[in-house]
Amino acid sequence: MFNWWRQRTKAKDVAKDRLRVVLMQDRLSLSHGVMEEMKDEVIMAISKYVEIDRPGIEFSWKEIDKRRALVANIPVISIKRGATANDRVTQRTY
Amino acid sequence: MSQAIVITSGKGGVGKTTTTANLGVALALSGAKVVVVDADIGLRNLDVVMGLENRIVYDLVDVVEGYCRLRQALIKDKRVDGLFLLPAAQTKDKNAVNPDQMKELIGGLKEEHDFVIVDCPAGIEQGFKNAISGADRAAIVTTPEVSAVRDADRITGLLEASGFEKPELIINRIKPRMVARGDMMDIPDIIDILAIDLLGVVPDDDYIVVSTNRGEPAVMADSSLAGQAYRNIARRIKGEEVPFLDLSEKETIWSRLRRLMRRS
Repeated sequence: MFNWWRQRTKAKDVAKDRLRVVLMQDRLSLSHGVMEEMKDEVIMAISKYVEIDRPGIEFSWKEIDKRRALVANIPVISIKRGATANDRVTQRTY
Repeated sequence: MSQAIVITSGKGGVGKTTTTANLGVALALSGAKVVVVDADIGLRNLDVVMGLENRIVYDLVDVVEGYCRLRQALIKDKRVDGLFLLPAAQTKDKNAVNPDQMKELIGGLKEEHDFVIVDCPAGIEQGFKNAISGADRAAIVTTPEVSAVRDADRITGLLEASGFEKPELIINRIKPRMVARGDMMDIPDIIDILAIDLLGVVPDDDYIVVSTNRGEPAVMADSSLAGQAYRNIARRIKGEEVPFLDLSEKETIWSRLRRLMRRS
């Protein structure tokens, strides 16, 4: 009965949220395959530690709790031998 | 130092031609020598918005193809001192001209005028590439709508890739009452999303329709609020610091109640 009192999300805020997501996708997909480049670099970094299923990798933009999120689904085949705590890679100090 | 400014938007129907006409008139009224160029070949409109459609003899393509001299194609506006129009061709298409030819044309116009204002066609194809070549500065017109803002962002990227360091934004058709209700994006919202400098804000004004019908740009009328906004933009283009018009409108208790009742 008092439902009309409750405020709906303002149209301008809906517009802003939608634009933010759309523009981020536009900017990324348009800047010469930046997404592909980033994907390759992430795969390279992860491959140092684990063996991954390359064809099964998925990268996508999602909206989680009203925030933009880059969601990566990277199927792991096996953990590389030696990629444990006492491996020289993880022991390197910066 | 004369400068060439291209008026772009990406999306059609946001007010590029109206903006070009009004800025041209406003700059000329302030004493500058101005030429407005219609780069929308095949869909010319700047001539009717300016009320000069009956005086066209030669057009931009005639100049480029060498059928006439540049000065012969310029139409002098008899109402405003120092204002000229270079009309687009209506029967040709956008491929009748290439960017190098446009650059040369704009260069020639800059020799004789303080300001060259180029009305860019909608879209991002050949017509856009033609219109921006030769320009020193770019303004992007948008309206407070999702589609127009999205296209403005795309155009910003393309302009930056073409060497325009700082494209500037003109937000057109703001409706203060809708902004006050939270139904329309406000100026800071749009600036925040697009992250570019603001050149001006033009309120939605019924008088624009009247002025277009009559072929008399709104800046010629003292009473038009949009005309006032365009005069301010013209002053900013000349380097003056001019505060933005205060368009804020407070929501009253009655308008708020009406709105809530409508929603139930």
